[in-house]
Amino acid sequence: MIHLQDIRKVFNGGKPNEFVAIKGVTLTIDSHGATALKGPSGSGKTTLLSMLGCMARPTSGRITLNEREITSLPERFLTEIRRETFGFMFQQFNLIKGITALENVMIPAYPKGEKHAALKKRAMDLLGLLNLADKALSKVEWLSGGEAQRVTIARALINNPPIIIADEPTAHLDTRLSMELIDIMRHFKKNGKTLLVASHDPLVYESDVIDRIVDMRDGKVVSSGDVP
Amino acid sequence: MNILDFTLSSLGRRKGKNLALVTVYTFVIFLLASVLFFTHSIKKEASLILQGAPEMTVQRLVAGRQDLIPNHYIDSIRRIRGVQSVAPRLWGYYYDALSGTNFTLMANPDLKDCVGEIIIGSGVSWRSGTGKGKKAIRKNDIIPFKTYDGSVLTLKVKGILSFSSQLVTTDLILVSETDFRKIFAISHDHATDLVLKVRNAKELATIAAKITQRHPDTRPILREEILRTYDAVFDWRGGMIILVLSGAIFAFIILAWDKATGLSGEEKREIGILKAIGWETSDILLMKFWEGATLSLAAFFMGTFLAYLHIFLSSAILFEPVLKGWSVIYPHFRLTPYINAYQIATLFFLTVIPYTVATIVPSWRSATVDPDSVMRM
Repeated sequence: MIHLQDIRKVFNGGKPNEFVAIKGVTLTIDSHGATALKGPSGSGKTTLLSMLGCMARPTSGRITLNEREITSLPERFLTEIRRETFGFMFQQFNLIKGITALENVMIPAYPKGEKHAALKKRAMDLLGLLNLADKALSKVEWLSGGEAQRVTIARALINNPPIIIADEPTAHLDTRLSMELIDIMRHFKKNGKTLLVASHDPLVYESDVIDRIVDMRDGKVVSSGDVP
Repeated sequence: MNILDFTLSSLGRRKGKNLALVTVYTFVIFLLASVLFFTHSIKKEASLILQGAPEMTVQRLVAGRQDLIPNHYIDSIRRIRGVQSVAPRLWGYYYDALSGTNFTLMANPDLKDCVGEIIIGSGVSWRSGTGKGKKAIRKNDIIPFKTYDGSVLTLKVKGILSFSSQLVTTDLILVSETDFRKIFAISHDHATDLVLKVRNAKELATIAAKITQRHPDTRPILREEILRTYDAVFDWRGGMIILVLSGAIFAFIILAWDKATGLSGEEKREIGILKAIGWETSDILLMKFWEGATLSLAAFFMGTFLAYLHIFLSSAILFEPVLKGWSVIYPHFRLTPYINAYQIATLFFLTVIPYTVATIVPSWRSATVDPDSVMRM
């Protein structure tokens, strides 16, 4: 469970171009469900998501993860939490070009010092699960949009994190591929993962996979509630 | 280990940049190592020659030029307290029109009873034996020498010298005193110079002063003085070549520095991604350390190896005109490899370490950015 208490995020604080991205958000996200952050561009979805995923610290307020206060933890511990707890799917895929799909999937696990053979097997299993086994040795720049998206999913799962964070996952996918992705998300949820998705795509937040919608606007939560 | 694997595969991704860096860097190390190897080896060769050289040589000067020394000087010098022995030496240069080379001819007391016979250096046989169908000189071959009046004196090769230093022997021909005097028409009461042995090395300077007092037309030369001159000459030449090359070396260093320390947008993006997916700043620095170390070590080994080939196998073909230029040195000798571990270590610490550090610093700057920047790409 993640709890946010009166979170504020200010960029360029004290400067003429100061910008308040999040204005006092209090929110609780339960485990084993799918939560969608919805709202127009600039509403603060991505900023909130990055703080939830321990990528950025709030300017004020507290975040607790499973009753553990994480806002004041040093960078090293935050990185460890990020690696062990969250799997990320980025809007721009953010795959590393020039290396194979398989290597891209393995990268998040490298700092853990795991045996290479075991890690490779796990990555191959994940790629197989996502019907990408035959593309494992292809360089990522040769993959189609849908294939690249599935590589990012495999990469997000390599450390077997309990929470998957996805930022606008359908932004670069057509309807068919978006539906495929929603199917995969459904599969995650069935396997006990917690999903946190920021999206302004109705295909995502109106899908049956989403349990709860947090509606955001101008850095504030406008409404929040379970999907009937 | 996984990070090292990833680093190595990363190097392959930026082939153009890394190849350019390694090439430039190898070239700089090649130049520096070549100068180091060359000056060190040639100085070592020079000191080898001088090990067997007499402690003091006495020459006679006429109008500021070296002239033959009368043998009656020997007795008067021998009587100076502290002088152990005085011996006359006969030596000079002989120009061989056939091979177009100068040889050093020296009368050897061991050949006193071998009139008509010579012992030659390995370079002499090699030199005369190449090109235009001339056969290699072997033992018992007959070699014609042109004497002072144009007549020909034929001498038989008794043996071929093999010394540890080629510099000593390549162009050397040892002859008997009788044959030497015949070739150059030097009378029996003169020698080229005198060599002295003294009982106590500390007295060398005093003895030298006494010699010039008794014979003001002489010039005593101490072995240490020659050694110092050799060192100064080769250090000066080495320094000069570094100075000449410094412009080019600096240009290359700046280019390499710029390439190595500037992170491209793509590299910065990658660092952001790695941080976002769970790499610590230290993991990224470790990766960049391996990257810098791999590149600079590869360049260091290649540059040093190429310099070794250049100096010891191709006889320093690039530096030859500048660094040698020493009329006595035979134009085609091969240096014996002497490598000083201290010099290699210096080269290593001045090249590999600064480069590795230089590549880490900009990565450290990039690696300390907030990982959420990648969410906004």
